Amino acid sequence: MPDSKTRPRVGLFATCLVDLFRPSVGFAAAKLLDDAGCSVVVPSQTCCGQPAFNSGDRRTTREIAEQVIAAFDDCDYVVAPSGSCAGMMAKHYPELFAGEPDMAARANAFAAKTHELVSFLTDVMGMQSVLAQFDGTVTYHDSCSGLRELGVKSQPRKLLETVRGLDLVEMNESDVCCGFGGTFAVKYGEISAAIAGKKTANVAASEAHVLLAGDLGCLMNMAGKLSREGKTIAVRHVAEVLAGMTDDPPIGVARDA
Amino acid sequence: MTLHPTSPHFKDNAHRAMADAQLQKALGNTRTGFIEKRALAMSKLPEFDALRDAARDIKNHTLAHLDLYLEAFEKKVVEAGGHVHFARTAEEANDIIVGLCKQYSAETVTKGKSMISEEIGLNAAIEAAGMKAVETDLGEYIIQLRHETPSHIIAPAIHLNKEQVEQDFRRVHTDLPKERDLSQPTQLLTEARGVLREKFLAADVGITGANFLIAETGTSIIVTNEGNGDLTQTLPETHIVVASIEKLVPTLEDASQLLRVLARSATGQDMSVYTTFSTGPRRAADVDGPQNYHVILLDNGRSSMLGGEFEEMLRCIRCGACMNHCPVYHAVGGHAYGWVYPGPMGAVLTPSLIGVEKGGNLPNASTFCGRCEEACPVRIPLPKLMRHWREREFERNLSPAVARYGLSAWAVFAKRPKLYRIATSVAMRVLGFAGRRKGRFASLPFAGGWTKFRDMPAPQGRTFQEQWRDRGGAR
Repeated sequence: MPDSKTRPRVGLFATCLVDLFRPSVGFAAAKLLDDAGCSVVVPSQTCCGQPAFNSGDRRTTREIAEQVIAAFDDCDYVVAPSGSCAGMMAKHYPELFAGEPDMAARANAFAAKTHELVSFLTDVMGMQSVLAQFDGTVTYHDSCSGLRELGVKSQPRKLLETVRGLDLVEMNESDVCCGFGGTFAVKYGEISAAIAGKKTANVAASEAHVLLAGDLGCLMNMAGKLSREGKTIAVRHVAEVLAGMTDDPPIGVARDA
Repeated sequence: MTLHPTSPHFKDNAHRAMADAQLQKALGNTRTGFIEKRALAMSKLPEFDALRDAARDIKNHTLAHLDLYLEAFEKKVVEAGGHVHFARTAEEANDIIVGLCKQYSAETVTKGKSMISEEIGLNAAIEAAGMKAVETDLGEYIIQLRHETPSHIIAPAIHLNKEQVEQDFRRVHTDLPKERDLSQPTQLLTEARGVLREKFLAADVGITGANFLIAETGTSIIVTNEGNGDLTQTLPETHIVVASIEKLVPTLEDASQLLRVLARSATGQDMSVYTTFSTGPRRAADVDGPQNYHVILLDNGRSSMLGGEFEEMLRCIRCGACMNHCPVYHAVGGHAYGWVYPGPMGAVLTPSLIGVEKGGNLPNASTFCGRCEEACPVRIPLPKLMRHWREREFERNLSPAVARYGLSAWAVFAKRPKLYRIATSVAMRVLGFAGRRKGRFASLPFAGGWTKFRDMPAPQGRTFQEQWRDRGGAR
């Protein structure tokens, strides 16, 4: 393991959903980054601005983006346990400031050092395996932004295969949207849930006992749909399993259940 | 008069569509077919991505010089003995076409499949002038019998099952034996062929659209799988082409490049069964073909998209790959979109053509999953363009008040980390406590759009940032 001088300073952008709903994912991410040889810091943060961006509110988005860029100024890398938020920061922040001499350069530099957690571990830190145990059959859902904006597909599967006791099975249409889509899930709730229903059918047909993905928004959507349908498939963020931190109950399951 | 849009009622349309068992069955049948066929066609052509780049570049170049290519095209059509008519609006296009039909004393007009004719409401205009318009594409023929509009730009009757088609044929083809067997798709096809053959022979005017117009030669190209387009444009005395201005490409070579991505993206075929080039009317030595050849070039709002942030939409070659890959389209079908063009391309184009006031729902009804952009043969950044419409709506205060208030309330906290920390720390404790027994909520105030259709997982309790600080984590 590199000593503290060579350990890159990684700013963990927890994402607002992890911060608020599932802090255990933040701790799992921090553990994985630490294991990979990073020095992890958590600067004061709120949200990446995606709800405003996708609602057409450019001004608010810019204000939030400026705040995030400043907060992580002294980090070598910015890592988020979410392809969606990482995609927002790495792909869309530069669009917001394109053509503005000072901010464009800062946004581009920020974007260049921003990564989704699992692909950062494998592609930047060279992580080949994890020291974790998880007994069960799992299936992995490719969240859209991570998959299409950042090319996250093989990385989580590669690391999952090194988890002792874990059996990975592929569901049909693993790369098809779960219907979450941020504010879409509330604005067009009925359509969102209909799309989620096709996803949960594919999950159930895979006969996996556990559903994993790299984005908490998608996970909450799928977990909410599964429980409404009375299906008892456990839903977790992939980081929890990779970090071997699965003591907390799955998403949507009570602690004392 | 063009189709009256129901796009403002998209949610209600979608609700009905999702409760329609017949429709859901038809959509279920088609959810994977197009996708698998396209993927297979792509896998056999290693240069497919390079071809997409070339296709994008050809269209970009053409759009940048569209005025020149339109003039060049007109000149070549006239040289070949044809006529070109420019129509600014749907009404102008209909007036020109109906005028030509009258001039040639038409009684029966056959039609090849054309989305532009749907956009301008051409059938209604022809019928209103006392003539008979007959759709000859099988899917279009079926929906014409049902007085419906296409639900997909290349598969207009994809929302129907074969049992429904059988009922329609029995209802309309009353001169055929009642006891005939129509249980197989081929039997339906054979019957339609027989009925349509008489129409082809009786037609005075044949109207087609165009997949491409070639400036270099003054040629219109149609791409079909049934051969009906050829009979439509070859047999009658007069052939009228109605196409929008962005169908132009400079050269035959350019058209060939675009054809290589069109059918593969649409149906997964290397080429469609028929790719037919028409240049002017019949020449002296030709054994067949129309005596008269007219091209109507329709603007209908497109020229105002040139040079603006929606110009990229004009690259669209109408393959349908975006809707074939769209989870929202799969859930609600094409009619829910409420105007002519469904799916992601419709979500961008509709507000451009009928106004964001009426079409504004459509660019919002997307999860931004990006599968459409990934499939687009001319690389239109559809999610980005949908987002641009959301920006226009936001600027003009057109988005729903609830969404605006929700967003600004959220922004108050998102822009102030300290306030956010205090507020969320309290809120998550309360929510976490309230949800501790079940681990989820079956209903939540202010989140009815979510909890009406699925549970909301409860938060674990204390926020990550609060716990990180308490544990002495570095910041």
